[in-house]
Amino acid sequence: MSVFKDSGHLFRLVALYAVGTLTFLGIRAFFVPHSFGQYGHYRGAAITEIAAHPIHFAGHQTCETCHADVQEMKKTGMHAQVSCEACHGPLAKHADDPSIQPAKLDTAVLCVRCHAASAARPKGFPQVAAAEHSNGLPCETCHKPHSPAISAGGAK
Amino acid sequence: MTTGVEGYMYPNEITLYWSVLIVLYPYITGLVAGAFILASLERVFRVDAIKPTYRLALLTALAFLVVAPLPLQLHLGHPERSFEMYFTPHRTSAMAMFGFVYLWYLMAVLTVEIWLDYRRDIVVMAQSSSGLKRWIYQVLTLGSHNISERALAIDERVGWLITLIGIPSAFLLHGYVGFIFGSIKANPWWSSPLMPVVFIFSAMVSGIAAVMLLYMLIMRLRREKIDMLCMDTIASYLFYIFIIDFSLEMLDLIHRIYEADESFRTLNFMVHTKLYFSQIVLQIFVGTLTPIVLLALTQVLKLPEIARKRIYTVAGCLTLIGIFAMRWNVVIGGQLFSKSFLGYTTYKMALATREGLLMSIALTILPLFILWVLVKLLPPWPEKVQSGTSAASAAN
Ligand code: HEC
Ligand code: HEC
Ligand code: HEC
Ligand code: HEC
Repeated sequence: MSVFKDSGHLFRLVALYAVGTLTFLGIRAFFVPHSFGQYGHYRGAAITEIAAHPIHFAGHQTCETCHADVQEMKKTGMHAQVSCEACHGPLAKHADDPSIQPAKLDTAVLCVRCHAASAARPKGFPQVAAAEHSNGLPCETCHKPHSPAISAGGAK
Repeated sequence: MTTGVEGYMYPNEITLYWSVLIVLYPYITGLVAGAFILASLERVFRVDAIKPTYRLALLTALAFLVVAPLPLQLHLGHPERSFEMYFTPHRTSAMAMFGFVYLWYLMAVLTVEIWLDYRRDIVVMAQSSSGLKRWIYQVLTLGSHNISERALAIDERVGWLITLIGIPSAFLLHGYVGFIFGSIKANPWWSSPLMPVVFIFSAMVSGIAAVMLLYMLIMRLRREKIDMLCMDTIASYLFYIFIIDFSLEMLDLIHRIYEADESFRTLNFMVHTKLYFSQIVLQIFVGTLTPIVLLALTQVLKLPEIARKRIYTVAGCLTLIGIFAMRWNVVIGGQLFSKSFLGYTTYKMALATREGLLMSIALTILPLFILWVLVKLLPPWPEKVQSGTSAASAAN
């Protein structure tokens, strides 16, 4: 039929696009990881890979089994809800093997991380302009880290 | 405190992450959509007066469309990852879906329409040229040299169909760019259902102005006569669509002023301070009202040809500046204020960085260079210098 003969070039175009689409699908099959979409819109194997990473945080319950004294003191103050490793950093290694010494903390740096005055913090949250408040002294000089209120009798 | 911040900004709002490249992206896509819609007018509604710009408009659209994703690619630190949105598209991601809208428009609409329209010329040139050029044309024929009358008639009808599909596609392409901004509900400057509509009309305005300017420029370079009937018709389209575009933008403004929701004070202050020059002066007065008044003059008065040419040139340039300012105000403006409505930041454009001024200038020139190559390869007008025949009969 001459209609087909005269539209032959269109079929060539369609064929070219079909080849293009197939090539794309081939490349896609090669690049998309096999476990993609197993659970959701991500690589399913990522879960086991991440789970296999070494653990860095022990969790405060673990610390408390050996440092019950700190826990007792902490309970009395406003830091009761602040987890040990929020200040001490990840210490899973130390919890496994106490002979590994945790690093010493510098309170002049540590405390302002949470307590530096900032308009972005809730108004009720205790905050100080460190330069005026402590005049460069480490906060530890006056506050006990585990029970920081001075008036509550926690002063050193 | 970081310089350039007034009042209170959330920490992640202080630096603008969407730079001038993201301004360029809707600007360039807009030129594509506008140029294509102008070409479609000729094809679908058979407006013969603008025929001289038909092919030029298509090539312009293609040249800019190829460049359109580049600003986004450069903005990404890992451009190679952008292909992920084709490999594993996420249905809820507006940007991922844009990838497909873009691909559809590029591959199914624009390339096919240009190919069909030029097929006869391509076959002829494949036979008459030599060397590398011949090789390129040979590939472009896809191995079929059939340019019988029936074959060309079929091309004509299929081309018409493609144009018909192309118009909603062009609307979709640029409406979608507006949608990407308009659907961000956390940002009161962007979040508006009118956004896609305003984007489409401003796209048409900028695309038509660009084709008009390019046509006049190329004609001047080729030392040929400008077809004034064509220019007058295009200018009148530009005028009418501009009026619709301006009314829509004013409607959006009035709506915001009357509604005066909780963001209004902040946005209002921003428009009167940080955005005053780019929005009130550049976008509204220089880039919209002035060209509208100039174009209105050509509609009302009987001006001599030379005056009309000058007016079209000035109005066209101002239009392009105005639409660029509009994109700037949308993209940059939307990031200058804090979502807490308590402060403002400043955008500092870098110079010679990946997202700096020089890069955006390069990206603006690049499509013109591509267009130059395309015009050399697929001449929109019959080559008069060589053949010496009159232009009117040679077309088609
Ligand atoms: C298995 C018991 C055990 C667990 C669990 C444990 N520790 Fe210890 N930790 C010790 C012992 C024992 C010492 C004393 C080491 C020394 O004095 O040389 C110590 C010392 C420390 C020190 C240093 C004291 C100093 O004088 O410098 C800190 C800080 C500390 N632990 C914090 C933690 C935190 C935080 C955790 C939870 C992540 C934790 N520990 C979990 C047993 C434990
Ligand atoms: C608000 C921050 C903060 C929290 C929360 C905190 N610590 Fe401390 N801790 C410190 C600082 C500061 C020091 C003193 C500096 C140092 O020894 O590095 C310290 C010292 C210690 C010491 C050694 C000396 C001492 O005073 O007993 C141990 C052991 C300790 N912390 C364990 C814990 C455990 C266990 C927890 C969780 C129950 C905990 N800490 C929670 C800040 C904190
Ligand atoms: C991880 C964040 C964090 C760090 C680090 C931290 N704190 Fe606190 N601090 C808190 C929280 C949470 C509260 C309780 C606030 C509340 O409940 O309103 C608090 C409360 C306090 C209070 C108020 C106590 C009261 O009774 O009014 C003081 C004082 C204080 N912290 C001092 C310190 C000092 C000194 C340090 C450094 C050793 C420190 N904080 C480190 C989170 C932190
Ligand atoms: C010279 C002693 C001193 C030093 C050093 C010091 N403080 Fe205090 N701080 C006080 C006193 C006294 C109070 C008020 C008494 C109280 O807790 O009832 C106080 C209160 C606070 C409060 C509670 C404010 C409120 O509005 O409830 C915070 C938070 C605090 N200090 C943080 C810090 C931090 C962080 C540092 C280290 C940068 C620091 N302090 C260093 C003496 C000190």
